Amino acid sequence: MNTSLSWIKAYVPELECSAQEYTDAMTLTGTKVEGYEKLDADLEKIIVGKILKIDKHPDADKLVVCQVQIDEEGTSTQIVTGAKNVFEGAIVPVVLDGGRVAGGHDGSKTPGGIKIKKGKLRGVESNGMMCSIEELGSDRNMFPEAPEDGIYIFNDNPDYADVKIGQSAISVFGMDDVIFEYEITSNRVDCFGVLGIAREAAATFRKPFVPPVVEVKENDEKTSDYISVDVQDNDLCKRYVARVVKNIKLAPSPLWMQQRLRSVGIRPINNIVDITNYVMEEYSQPMHAYDLDTIEDKKIVVRRANDGEKFVTLDGQERELDSSILMICDGKKPVGIAGIMGGENSMITDNVKTMLFEAACFDGTNIRLSGKKLGMRTDAQSKFEKGLEPNTAMEAINRACQLINELGAGEVVGGCVDIYPQPWQEKRLKLVPDKYNALLGTDIDKETMITYLKAIDMGYDEATDEIVVPTWRQDLNCDADIAEEIARFYGYDKIPVSLPQGTATPGKMSYKLRIEQIIRGIVESFGFNESMNYSFESPKVYDKLLIAADDKLRDVVTISNPLGEDYSIMRTTMLNGMLTSLATNFNRRNKNVKLYEIGNIYLPKALPLTELPDERSQISLGFFGDGDFFNLKGVIEEIIEKLGIKGLLTFNPKAELPFLHPGRKAEVVLNNEVIGYLGEVHPIVAGNYDLGTKAYVATLDILKLVEKSSFDYKYKGIANYPAVTRDISMVMKKEILAGDVEAVIRKNGGKLLESYKLFDIYEGSQIAQGYKSMAYSIVFRAKDRTLEDKDINEVMDKILAGLNKLGVELRS
Amino acid sequence: MKEQLKSIVDDALSQIEQSDKLDKLNEIRVSFLGKKGQLTQVLKSMKDVAPQDRPKVGQLVNEARATLEEKLEEKKKAFEVLAMKAQIEAETIDVTLPSKKPAMGHRHPNTIALEEVERIFVGLGYEVVEGPEVEYDYYNFEALNIPDNHPAKDEQDTFYVVSPNKILLRSQTSSVQVHEMEKGKLPIRMIAPGRVFRADEVDATHSPSFHQIEGLVIDKNITFADLKGTLAEFAKELFGEDTKVKFRPHHFPFTEPSAEVDVSCFKCGGKGCRMCKGSGWIEILGCGMVHPHVLEMSGIDPNEYTGFAFGVGLERIALLKYEIDDMRLLYENDTRFLEQF
Repeated sequence: MNTSLSWIKAYVPELECSAQEYTDAMTLTGTKVEGYEKLDADLEKIIVGKILKIDKHPDADKLVVCQVQIDEEGTSTQIVTGAKNVFEGAIVPVVLDGGRVAGGHDGSKTPGGIKIKKGKLRGVESNGMMCSIEELGSDRNMFPEAPEDGIYIFNDNPDYADVKIGQSAISVFGMDDVIFEYEITSNRVDCFGVLGIAREAAATFRKPFVPPVVEVKENDEKTSDYISVDVQDNDLCKRYVARVVKNIKLAPSPLWMQQRLRSVGIRPINNIVDITNYVMEEYSQPMHAYDLDTIEDKKIVVRRANDGEKFVTLDGQERELDSSILMICDGKKPVGIAGIMGGENSMITDNVKTMLFEAACFDGTNIRLSGKKLGMRTDAQSKFEKGLEPNTAMEAINRACQLINELGAGEVVGGCVDIYPQPWQEKRLKLVPDKYNALLGTDIDKETMITYLKAIDMGYDEATDEIVVPTWRQDLNCDADIAEEIARFYGYDKIPVSLPQGTATPGKMSYKLRIEQIIRGIVESFGFNESMNYSFESPKVYDKLLIAADDKLRDVVTISNPLGEDYSIMRTTMLNGMLTSLATNFNRRNKNVKLYEIGNIYLPKALPLTELPDERSQISLGFFGDGDFFNLKGVIEEIIEKLGIKGLLTFNPKAELPFLHPGRKAEVVLNNEVIGYLGEVHPIVAGNYDLGTKAYVATLDILKLVEKSSFDYKYKGIANYPAVTRDISMVMKKEILAGDVEAVIRKNGGKLLESYKLFDIYEGSQIAQGYKSMAYSIVFRAKDRTLEDKDINEVMDKILAGLNKLGVELRS
Repeated sequence: MKEQLKSIVDDALSQIEQSDKLDKLNEIRVSFLGKKGQLTQVLKSMKDVAPQDRPKVGQLVNEARATLEEKLEEKKKAFEVLAMKAQIEAETIDVTLPSKKPAMGHRHPNTIALEEVERIFVGLGYEVVEGPEVEYDYYNFEALNIPDNHPAKDEQDTFYVVSPNKILLRSQTSSVQVHEMEKGKLPIRMIAPGRVFRADEVDATHSPSFHQIEGLVIDKNITFADLKGTLAEFAKELFGEDTKVKFRPHHFPFTEPSAEVDVSCFKCGGKGCRMCKGSGWIEILGCGMVHPHVLEMSGIDPNEYTGFAFGVGLERIALLKYEIDDMRLLYENDTRFLEQF
């Protein structure tokens, strides 16, 4: 929403402020000014001049030398120009020596403008420049009368009949103005019109608000003799007002109206179109004009379209309709799409004699959806979408007829046809100053509150102690709403500052967030950097990860309106983000990259989705460069230990993990429950991600870690009796895992077993093909005595017997 | 005898004086004070001394011995000092050589900023909680006073999973407000950080996935002044003691009165610079008093309780605070970026 300062001042005549003061003050009372543009910011020393004499340039065929009168006293100056449309007697805008223009005559703009200095053009002195409309920062779209390529000419234009030589051309063009751009919030439908903003400005600056006084001069005829209106879908059309104007005289609208329209970016066309646009800007009420002679049966019917019905709008496009779209029809055919665009068959042409004027209130949501469906976006539609207030329709159409009177554009027929089955009434709310003060934390007295409310045209009924809320403020429904109105004009900045009193509450993190924080600390101590990836990705990632077609991981939450296929499913694994990030780093030649991410995966409980998916927080780790599988395994063990997770942690190499190297992968198992996996990225998968190096990844399910974590430490004492160490060296088939050997040691070691450690592993010429040797150091200790050989032999026998069963032989 | 002793002592002292290392000193000790040493020999020859002179001679010998031992010890100490000096010289290092350290990882700037925010509010007695990212329409919209067909619900802004309007990707962390209120445990002081999703194409200032931090306080007698005070404290903690805050009226469907909050530019101090686009102020959050209808819908009596809520964009804070000029950097995970934090 834009307005010019002069348009606001038209309704707040006492307003005196700079553009910046206006911006700051309006923003602080809730009408946020996003920015402003001074139309003459880059214009300086530009006056109205008159060409007295034109001579040929002695040395240039394309240039002429003009003597230009620059004041009423008759002072003249010499200006050389290359423009072709100049003539003796032409009245033109002239920038004098030392002045500035906004840009070039090709329409290009130069920030800060272009300084014009006197100088010589091909040897002939020139003391300024005559200007085209483009050099003044505008264009022929806004000034259609301007020549296509040449100096702007004021002659023979009734609008400029009174210009005086020497006066500022900037003010003649209405460019001594400021345009404000506002961010209007969706609740303030009234502020999508200049009047609404002017009302706020008046209240903000505590000046009187002077809206137009609407009076229409009508003839003795009756509108109802010209037209009847039948609204069949009252839910979509809350009000329909029709008026008739006859003996239409199309002409340009007056300069003041053109300038106001131009200031908000609307091109002046003719008096009828301009009045419609002008009132739409003033009241935020779109109107439509039909050529009454095209309306059959003297009848307007407002109904839904038929499915598949076709209709040509006034832009010449054929549109296909359906029954959700509201149409304006006459007795036989559709003549317009309600609130969006009129039809070609009923549009105003230069030959129009009698006009049907429509001001209606259509349902905002329906208009928005219809516009979307039709792929259309018109000014009228964007106003209706906000959800207009039906009472304005009458005021606006009368204002338009008043302007028709004033501009002599036609003869307004008496009365109107008004279909308004459920008129909106003013609302009444009890004035409760104590409650407002309690909510705001203020101490504003009742009289002050009433002053603020009255300034924005709210009523106060002393008899009932009620506030009367005008119908255009549909956003005011409860005490909190009124409190906000009071606070806005009291000033948010004057409301005191305090901290909440009342019951103290302990500040804390949820337990899960605490665990995540601990995990961050651990993995960062191992050199992993935290990364973040999107939660949505492409369904193609499963192919890249070699995940089978029937794998559960492919059961995904799908976004029905994604930004594109690449962002269309919610991830069920953290891998894609991790591998993508590793590859990005690899291809940017970063070395030794270690990343982690903590985030959710989204597992549907059933498809199609009927309830929310299971959101499971995961820690994903990945790296390339220094290190291997066992470094990553160490990180996992450390996480488990630092979270105080009790129980047996094992690594199962047989798990189905298609994205990992088949010989270098394992599920992480805690007490028979899978809590994650780790391994080297399968070379094919690495290739799919353009990751040209060995990389390792791991994932753990944080929710499972949360469940099992415990920080309940208990001191167990420091051993008083010595430990005894036995080393054993074994030979076994390669396939036997260290984990299998250790399981036997653990199981058969009994209570005396304290720890064990692999200290040598060997394959090669000393050992038979297909076999390996491993050597373990096993430590025994008793809590209550020094162990004797006898004790240890007993346990060692058991361990050896167990190992024997596994197919392990002691190495001689 | 006396002369003999003196000659031995002089000889020994001269040798001690001239000795150049510890071994030599030991040799001298043995040759004079050892079992067969010269002084010991003198002592052994006592039998040849007249008995009445023996104490005298004994005393002389002992004196000589004491002198030598003292000198030996002195010399030994001197050697030790020299040896230590030599060792220290030999072990001297160039302390400006590169350090050795395990490479510690770096936390994501989003997380660093979030932890700052969490620290501030935990200190003020808030609990940090979470809510679902894939959410029911009810929690994201309806219970927040955004009924069907509200422009804010436009499909252009929100990602839907099950249409029409049943399950979606939450577009705001405000949904967590509703979950907390529904628990029925009052008073509430919570912040809820998390991912939110909006259908914005990726560019330097937009991302379809970003983070917000929601705040909610509900208790008896909570006022707009409390909201102002709380956020002023927050801004000072986060951006520095001199930070000023400006509350501007705004509109959110689920708060009334509502405000947008600007902080004085922490780069230029409010004078106007590139960061604040010359205005001296930077917009950082939206807030307001919880709308009575929102309280009611979640089963809280608005006549008994009031509250305030606020929502901060986490990326916005991270970008501003760490002067990151392109939001895409946050999701590229280039270690040359990550390792700067």
